[in-house]
Amino acid sequence: MKTKRKSAKRLKRRATVLLILAAALLALSLAAPLLMPNDPDATDAQSMNLPPDAEHPLGTDRYGRCVLSRVLAGAETSIFSAVALVLITFIIGTALGMAAGYFGGVTDTVIMRLADIMLAFPQMVLAIAVAGILGGGMVNAMLAMGVSAWTLYARLARAQVIALKKEPFVSAARLSGCGSFKVMTKYLLPNMLGPLAVNAATQLGVMMMGIAGLSFLGIGVAEPQAEWGSMINQGRAYMQLAPWAVLAPAGAMVVTVMVFNLLGDTLRDLADTEAVK
Amino acid sequence: MKKYIAKRLLQLVVVVLGLSFLTFALMYIAPGDPAEKKLSAQGIAVDPEVLAATRAEMGLDRPFLEQYADWLGGLFSGDLGESYRSGRAVADMLGESFVYTLELTVLSLAAALAISLPLALLAAVRQNGIADFLVRIFSFIGNSLPNFLISVLLMYYFCVKLRLLPVISDGSAKGFILPCLALAIPLASRFVRQFRAEILEQLGKEYVDAALSRGVKMRYILFCNVLHNALIPMITLTALSVGTLMGGSVVIETVFRLPGLGKLAMDAISARDYPVIQGFVLLSSGIYVLLNLAADLLYRAVDPRVEEGGDAG
Repeated sequence: MKTKRKSAKRLKRRATVLLILAAALLALSLAAPLLMPNDPDATDAQSMNLPPDAEHPLGTDRYGRCVLSRVLAGAETSIFSAVALVLITFIIGTALGMAAGYFGGVTDTVIMRLADIMLAFPQMVLAIAVAGILGGGMVNAMLAMGVSAWTLYARLARAQVIALKKEPFVSAARLSGCGSFKVMTKYLLPNMLGPLAVNAATQLGVMMMGIAGLSFLGIGVAEPQAEWGSMINQGRAYMQLAPWAVLAPAGAMVVTVMVFNLLGDTLRDLADTEAVK
Repeated sequence: MKKYIAKRLLQLVVVVLGLSFLTFALMYIAPGDPAEKKLSAQGIAVDPEVLAATRAEMGLDRPFLEQYADWLGGLFSGDLGESYRSGRAVADMLGESFVYTLELTVLSLAAALAISLPLALLAAVRQNGIADFLVRIFSFIGNSLPNFLISVLLMYYFCVKLRLLPVISDGSAKGFILPCLALAIPLASRFVRQFRAEILEQLGKEYVDAALSRGVKMRYILFCNVLHNALIPMITLTALSVGTLMGGSVVIETVFRLPGLGKLAMDAISARDYPVIQGFVLLSSGIYVLLNLAADLLYRAVDPRVEEGGDAG
């Protein structure tokens, strides 16, 4: 492309700011139990659908639960599950893709055909079917998203390994007596981690929206555990009475997804500029 | 080209076989016995004798692979089994719901393309200008909004606050506006971004400079050369987006209570009606696979320069 590229310096600064923001969100989600003003699961028939006040800064939902506390508790579920899911699929996908690229032959065919088959399902359709059949729960929702999410890393890792395999340093490592495992982890992996990590960063928002979507449909994280998608679903029937019960988790979700997406975009732009240099 | 088509068709056979096998196996990942599930879906008390009879009737006492082969044989004659709950043929149920989903997805796709194409063109031509900036911001926001949130917000503002449109779709054209918008907005946001990049890539090519220096009008280059060349990757991107549309329509149909495939699938999930879920997955994936194959072949037919064979991985 002949477009004017943003200077790498500006991109780097932006990436740093976004990384700090993402880390802050992650810290917030881990520290959530300390920050909640009320018990997120405590129902109170006396204070249903209350507008925001001093005791409940974001109001209460139809069971009288404090919305702010539930949004914070939901941060723990939503952010943690997205980050964990991306990490797990990243590790599994990279390992499989590297094995396929490195060993070739039957290993390659089996792994990559499996990836092809997984990619033939529309991702959310498969996730809905798997989550629906397995029944609710965070682990099942993550599993449902993960069955196809690993293919992204597998394809990338395979392509990288095939390209790197021909480099002299790999033959050198092999000649000096390194086993396959050592060649892959010590010499190949560090050389391909960058592009893979960029792709993982772009997946954070996607996975988060996917898990929230499953929870919204009632086949992901189940009540009473707080999760943004299921909170939005629970609140939508009472939107006229208590719009804050929907708007608060919605706002939290949009902000988080935006930070994750911006981070992914910036990292990708940065990787592109580096590649041009 | 012929060799390539043959190779792709062979690949397709492997993929479809795997697809059907995994879909069939879906029923077995659920905890419990399918016969028991069938009985409980029909509300029949489970006692050992009835259970054994049902197992035999469903062929569950035979080896897994034999059952799969049987099921696969049925597929070829259009037999997807019967619903546990209603006893109706799954193929008929899918056919009825499919009409709604087809209408919804085609309209949404058309809307998304109608929104995104002009915006992408505008943004690309005025790169780094105000229009480009605004288009990019809106597409970024649209990309960060999950479809269920868009549908809930649209419903709140248009149905509850402004009372302009019906909350539950009644099948009229008016009832289709919001579901289509809810599906089209995230899709259009993605398209704008991808299309803009494709158009920019074409604009950066040397033939544009060459034509400009020969005195060809920019407008002509844009609509006759740039768009024409950008069209091919756009077709692929559109075909790939159909998968997102199918997943999204499950959410939208649930929110707006449209009697489409997604609603059918969600009802089947809550009733543990496995044959219907299998049918839904198989139909969606089948359409998705075929569309992608079609896009791929079209891609090669339009642009013969695309390397034949390509990367098999």
